Amino acid sequence: MSDAALPAAMPKPATNPLTWMREHLFGNPFHVLLTVLVVWFLAMSLPALLDWALLHAVFHAKDVRECQAIDTGACWAFVGEKHRLILFGLYPYDEQWRPLLVVILLVALVGVSCIRAFWNRWLVPLWLVGMAAVGVLMWGGVFGLSYVENARWGGLPLTMILAFTGMAVGFPLGVLLALGRRSELPAIRAISIVYIELIRGVPAVSLLFMASVMLPLLLPEGMNIDKLLRAQIALILYASAYLAEVVRGGLQSLPKGQYEAADALGLTYWQKQRLIILPQALSISIPSLVNTLITVFKDTSLVVIIGLYDLMNAAKAAIVDPAWRGSAIESYVFIAAIYFVFCFFMSKYSQSIERRLDKEQHPS
Amino acid sequence: MSEANMSATSSDSAPMILLEHVNKWYGHFHVLTDIDLTVARAERIVICGPSGSGKSTLIRCINRLEEHQAGRIVVDGVELTNDVRKVDAVRRDVGMVFQHFNLFPHLTVMENLTLAPIWVRKMPKAEAEAVAMKYLERVHIPEQAGKYPGQLSGGQQQRVAIARALCINPKIMLFDEPTSALDPEMVKEVLDVMLKLAEESNVTMICVTHEMGFARSVADRIIFMDNGQIVEQNVPEEFFNHPQHERTKLFLSQILAH
Repeated sequence: MSDAALPAAMPKPATNPLTWMREHLFGNPFHVLLTVLVVWFLAMSLPALLDWALLHAVFHAKDVRECQAIDTGACWAFVGEKHRLILFGLYPYDEQWRPLLVVILLVALVGVSCIRAFWNRWLVPLWLVGMAAVGVLMWGGVFGLSYVENARWGGLPLTMILAFTGMAVGFPLGVLLALGRRSELPAIRAISIVYIELIRGVPAVSLLFMASVMLPLLLPEGMNIDKLLRAQIALILYASAYLAEVVRGGLQSLPKGQYEAADALGLTYWQKQRLIILPQALSISIPSLVNTLITVFKDTSLVVIIGLYDLMNAAKAAIVDPAWRGSAIESYVFIAAIYFVFCFFMSKYSQSIERRLDKEQHPS
Repeated sequence: MSEANMSATSSDSAPMILLEHVNKWYGHFHVLTDIDLTVARAERIVICGPSGSGKSTLIRCINRLEEHQAGRIVVDGVELTNDVRKVDAVRRDVGMVFQHFNLFPHLTVMENLTLAPIWVRKMPKAEAEAVAMKYLERVHIPEQAGKYPGQLSGGQQQRVAIARALCINPKIMLFDEPTSALDPEMVKEVLDVMLKLAEESNVTMICVTHEMGFARSVADRIIFMDNGQIVEQNVPEEFFNHPQHERTKLFLSQILAH
């Protein structure tokens, strides 16, 4: 049989690095230009960055002056000295194993929740028990733990509590609002629209400020909601309004036939939403859902303006110390790295879910 | 007719479906005009007519996917009103097959089939799966039970959709142009399933279709609709050989021409 009779074989993808580079980096003049620019930029910035962050960095010193005397780079000794203040805020120093345990517990809970085998009816009770344990550890006052008022909570556990509770409560609320906005009942639709537009129409900062300053004015005399709870409520409101619009986008992208088929089978409204509509709408909106969740996570740092010592505020507090004046960059780089780890994980996890859903429904 | 009369309609001689002076508007467009229709138990009806004539809307009113604004619709003794319980009661007895299948893409074929039996009929899962398997065998695709709808051909999807509708053990099956979204080579496999269903069961069938061969062999009565009205209805023999109205003659000449 001659070669011509054979079906054309698909060209093998280039595996040789040189061929790969020729194809992908120097394919045409524009690519060459881009490649040169990128390499030039890296050559300019990387060595300086490396110098600062590692080669000329100081890891052990007792204050910032000693740091500067030793070398010109980053003064990581600052982080060594202040990491407990940044991570745990004003929490009593001797009791800081408790917030540390809380961080580990919350990370473990999230870890478990990410594994599909655990997606069953025990997950919600597990979280409730977990959050109760978080409360016991943070507040204390029982089991021989000393009482720590929540005004002294701070740092990473505070950020995690605010963010996770904001997401965990804001998400179902957002789903309900999205459904409400598409409801056929005019009252429910109107309430949902007003809520979403009001909350979404004001900056998160002003929402926090209002929750902190105005909420007490609206409450009856003598009734006092604690500052942390007010911030938490503001974050939940904020998260739910944004998530509602993301979910609504997913709902709208479903073909009308899905609703009709569910109706024709005799499913009730809630069965239809839970079994047919939401699973599809939510999986369509995963990228924008995670985008919003990441925003919510980072926006917990806005509680700075009402004086809570979350990770961001603790980092600010750490650089006030005169012995470490001028360590702002180190402090912010440190917390930026922490925020990044969390957000990057969320991003990667959402990609893996998307891939898995896609593979499940279109295996071929 | 009074309420007292109505409650007696479940007897065998009573009509399965009764439409009286049904009217429906989309805004100012009068999509159904004064429809009167009585369908007997186990009767097979084919509805045809030009597009926009209201034939799909008519059958979608029977399971309340569309609301009528005037007149009465009584399905197996239950009058359709705004009462959700009555709507649910009717939908439990009415299976529907759509033009675009409307399978649930995030569920497997088996899950599509067992959904209503489990959640609406409260059937145990194992029993629902046995019922589903029985119907998958009837539509000749038991081997696809574990697949997702996206992995099936159009004809297979529509057969799954028919099986899904049958799984609730309906008294009435509504078919809304079940073959018009299919590639030509797949029309027959779906029509064969429908034919067999008509032969082997005594389910009441209303089918909106332009498949006149199917109509001729299955229908007890053919209804021709135009401009939201029932223009003419007759047994297939008479309908095809001696159409009474000019519009029917014109329509038949157009669809039988090739």
